[in-house]
Amino acid sequence: MKDFLNIALPKGRLGEKAYRMLEQAGFPCPSAIEPGRKLIFENEELGLRYFWAKPSDVAIYVERGAADVGVVGKDILLEYQPDVYELLDLDIGKCRMAVAARNDFRDDPRKTLRVATKFSSIARNFYAGRGREIDIIHLNGSIEIAPVLNLSDVIVDIVETGTTLKENNLKVIETIVPISARLIANQVSCKFKTEPIARMAAALATQKKENSL
Amino acid sequence: MDFDPACLSPEERSSMRLRALYRQRGYTQYRMSKFEEYDLYAQNKDFLVSNQVITFTDLTGKLMALKPDVTLSILKNSKPTPRELHKFYYDEQVYRIPKAAKTYKEIRQVGLECIGPVDRYSCLEVLSLAAASLRALSEECLLDLSHMSLITGLIRRCGLSQKAGQQALRCFAEKNLHELAALCAQENVPQQERDLLCQLATLSGPPRLVLPQLEQTLGSLFPRELEQLSALTDGLEQAGFGDMLHIDFSVVNNMSYYDGLVFRGFLKGLSTAILAGGQYGKLAQEMGLSTDAIGFAVYLDLLEQLSDDPVPPDADILLLYGPDADPKALDAAAAALARDGSSVAVHPIIPPELRYGRLVTFQGKEGVSR
Repeated sequence: MKDFLNIALPKGRLGEKAYRMLEQAGFPCPSAIEPGRKLIFENEELGLRYFWAKPSDVAIYVERGAADVGVVGKDILLEYQPDVYELLDLDIGKCRMAVAARNDFRDDPRKTLRVATKFSSIARNFYAGRGREIDIIHLNGSIEIAPVLNLSDVIVDIVETGTTLKENNLKVIETIVPISARLIANQVSCKFKTEPIARMAAALATQKKENSL
Repeated sequence: MDFDPACLSPEERSSMRLRALYRQRGYTQYRMSKFEEYDLYAQNKDFLVSNQVITFTDLTGKLMALKPDVTLSILKNSKPTPRELHKFYYDEQVYRIPKAAKTYKEIRQVGLECIGPVDRYSCLEVLSLAAASLRALSEECLLDLSHMSLITGLIRRCGLSQKAGQQALRCFAEKNLHELAALCAQENVPQQERDLLCQLATLSGPPRLVLPQLEQTLGSLFPRELEQLSALTDGLEQAGFGDMLHIDFSVVNNMSYYDGLVFRGFLKGLSTAILAGGQYGKLAQEMGLSTDAIGFAVYLDLLEQLSDDPVPPDADILLLYGPDADPKALDAAAAALARDGSSVAVHPIIPPELRYGRLVTFQGKEGVSR
């Protein structure tokens, strides 16, 4: 049986960008971006198997070895801290993890800060580093409405252009960390499929340089 | 009746093989109680894979823990005299939350510890046993070798603060060169040291390729560590383990406890390392022993990921009897069928869920094979 290199990509715009980069770097599988509901695609000749997964699940597929490599946002890596190798910063999907609040927000250090977020672990670590007492309110989406409805004082979330914040009368008060997409690899795959993974990382590094010119 | 090894699970078979291997080299079995005083683990929480421990209060009011680790208990109870080596192996269940899980798990762990003045020979013996353990589990295996003094020595040389040093160590573990370079830039590490650190973080491969590069770049800075790595890899090659040996500096461990060799073993088909070990003299010293220690653990629970064996039938033979069957004759027929080691299930109707190999029907006083 052919030993495929299994590649997990996040569904959505970031995944499509990552696929284009991989294609340009010499790892094409044209059927992967054809419209349809299929999720797994193969290029038998090159021994590549692509599959699309929920962005937050890519790291799980890679950590558990179902995928040898994957593309995932740094936000997911910071939040879940999977045991994977982080081989390359692809410099795509750039945004930042930030603290945002209502335009009229003033922090009252006498009170516990209520923080609404999808990224509980990142928020906890950030405020622990400052010794600030917080109450995490874990939400799964539409985080921006939490301060508007007085569910929280601030939010910790990904900010790309800031338009959604602006439209909800919110503003960034602090950047926690810049975010971009990373090429990650399963640790055991790196031992037993060393050559194709190293070749992919090197080709993507070259592609990244070319794209930046 | 003869014992049939086929009825053992892969985990049980492997545990027997490994224990025999360690016994052959003169290691004696260490047995521990399921429960230990919680204090032992509370004082060394960072050493544990997970710092969540199952605790309960016993009848005397003492806070006890369901053991999350074996090494700490062995260290606590081992009191070697200055030149004496204590060599133990163990096969124990531990209770902890694996990193990728959200609940406690019972994990079968087989391993060994060598406590005392760990010399070159002891290191080679432990590494040879680690390599032999991997090979006993699968032909497709790798042993990655690294050295904590080399990594931490270079980190110190770069003048990194303790926090930045921890971040650098994480970058080593992730093979994360881009963040290591950014960290060095942020901490104003001189270019020469920065290059050395990044080079070390990416070095990986068979010793014959990696050692000359190491010698060239770090030979004058860490002669003792490089000489140790070189002698050990020579010894392992001579013992026939050369083809499965790699040097890889992404193998790192807690700087507060590990201060020498660290290693990790991998089997093709598993998603994570099945063997982990190293020299943990700092932990021994922290626990009041003025000595060194080296050991490793094999996580046998992972082996079920490798097993592709088809599910065996519930019984080799289904003996199906009719309403007129004579009970004594039926019992004798079942015993006769089981004589060659076959398992025999006796039923009046075919149970819908039962998987069986051969069907034998029994009417009156006679059985008919179908």
